[in-house]
Amino acid sequence: MDVYELDAFRCRELLAGGEISVRELTQVFLDRVEERDADVRAFLAVNGEEALAQAADVDSRPLSERTSWEGIPVGLKDVLCVKGRETTAGSRMLEGYHPPYDATAVSKLREAGLISLGRLNMDEFAMGSSTENSAFFPTHNPWDLMRVPGGSSGGSAASVSAGEVPWSLGTDTGGSIRQPASLCGVVGLKPTYGAVSRHGLIAFASSLDQVGPITRNVRDAAALLGMIQGKDPLDSTSVGFNEPIREPTTVDLSGRRFGIIKEFIGAACEPGVRRVFNLAVSAIEALGGECEEVSLPSTERGLSAYYIIAPAEASSNLARFDGVRYGMRTEGALDLMDMYKRTRSEGFGAEVKRRIMIGTHVLSAGYYDAYYGQAQRTRTLIIRDFEKAFTDYDVLISPTSPTIAFKLGERVEDPLAMYQADLCTNPVSLAGLPGLSLPAGFSEGMPVGVQLVAPHFADQELLEVGFALERELDVSTKPDGEEVAP
Amino acid sequence: MISREEVMHVAELARLHVEDDEVPRLQEELSRIMEYVQRLSELELEEVPPTTRAAPLKNVFRRDEVKSCLSQENAVSNAPAAKDGQFLVPRIG
Repeated sequence: MDVYELDAFRCRELLAGGEISVRELTQVFLDRVEERDADVRAFLAVNGEEALAQAADVDSRPLSERTSWEGIPVGLKDVLCVKGRETTAGSRMLEGYHPPYDATAVSKLREAGLISLGRLNMDEFAMGSSTENSAFFPTHNPWDLMRVPGGSSGGSAASVSAGEVPWSLGTDTGGSIRQPASLCGVVGLKPTYGAVSRHGLIAFASSLDQVGPITRNVRDAAALLGMIQGKDPLDSTSVGFNEPIREPTTVDLSGRRFGIIKEFIGAACEPGVRRVFNLAVSAIEALGGECEEVSLPSTERGLSAYYIIAPAEASSNLARFDGVRYGMRTEGALDLMDMYKRTRSEGFGAEVKRRIMIGTHVLSAGYYDAYYGQAQRTRTLIIRDFEKAFTDYDVLISPTSPTIAFKLGERVEDPLAMYQADLCTNPVSLAGLPGLSLPAGFSEGMPVGVQLVAPHFADQELLEVGFALERELDVSTKPDGEEVAP
Repeated sequence: MISREEVMHVAELARLHVEDDEVPRLQEELSRIMEYVQRLSELELEEVPPTTRAAPLKNVFRRDEVKSCLSQENAVSNAPAAKDGQFLVPRIG
């Protein structure tokens, strides 16, 4: 097995055993990026020299003086501000923007001693489900380069899947960690809303946005969540956990009750996905868990509510990009208003403009109650449905995505078809619940993920169940170049 | 169907410049999306309180203390145009 195929825990073991230096480990992953990323295109920018310098610095200190994760490489979705380094949110609007501060999640990884290899591609301002909305270039799925990696954290998922980094950070507003993790055959965790600070995360929809790990396995996801979680005075909506996140150890699911969300396995769900999902259900039962269908009727309105609430918040959040304080400005405008309009029309891509228009429309006079008010009330009903289900079940399960990775270009002209990719993840986001996507098997040679959902701040429980299920399913998460599964 | 006037009105509110030949496409796309989300307006939800965010938080207070913040130099360092530590913009109206 090559070193680039190792998860973060195994990388740490190699370092701790003195079998490899941090510089060597960093070089292994940089070489892998060099080898694979011309095809996969997960990275918007690689900072190899700086990573190697940081690695050499760690090597210069004895093992006994290092913290436990020091020297492990990581990739960062380009929506997390990194002080002094260009951060674009996948948009022309922010080309050349050098944040004057670090996102809290980034500074926490810095404190832990992780080494960032660079910034990862994404749908512009995290709006999309395929990474084709990146203003720069699309990312390709490492399992089949003709297919999308999912989105919006497509670069984060594809880089881990391709072995370019052992793990990465993504962000999730309506499925943007879980769906690409599912499509790329890796583990993705959207923590409970409030578990991780949003400070320095370039905002899309503030009541939904959350930072989380994308990893090779559940144990790594627990470790990375443990590093980034916590209350932050710079984000008043952050809460953190009462107990630190522990390494999961659960191997038996006896006594646990699982609810299969009926509305998420309906007609929109491909037969191949359904088949793999049933394998996951059997695996849970083999481990002693009890599974039965449960109906959450309001979740059928989840996509509609999401595509009012998220664009409404986006239209407000993205008002700040006006060519004055940061980012691009279109020159030659007649006056200030003309400069605003021309800058925003040139700087934003089609999907971002579409969502700004929808959001502005639903918030405008005469429509507010009919759309935004109704969506917020529907959100309450969705939360109540989940609360009710959690009185009977410990964990709720569904496929993560109703389909396997689709072909590049297949949905890009049809926004509503693209929105359907988030059918099973949107309602979970609206309820602020933690969701874990775990590779469960393959359909047509492409990975299929299962989504596990737990009550608020029960992320540890989610990791415990995920850990047990992962062991039982034993699915490979490592495609390798030409030898990719058929 | 969302009218040409509505598209232009929303674009104005959103501070987006829309070329004349983009309007029919926007009308069509926005209409399709609005038709999809319209399903919510049929529901009887007067009795249901709205949810603004799913965090279990009410008011979050902090002490009103002066802390270090961005320097003026840092604050304008990303501006497309700045002069004497201030943002420079085209003339207004």
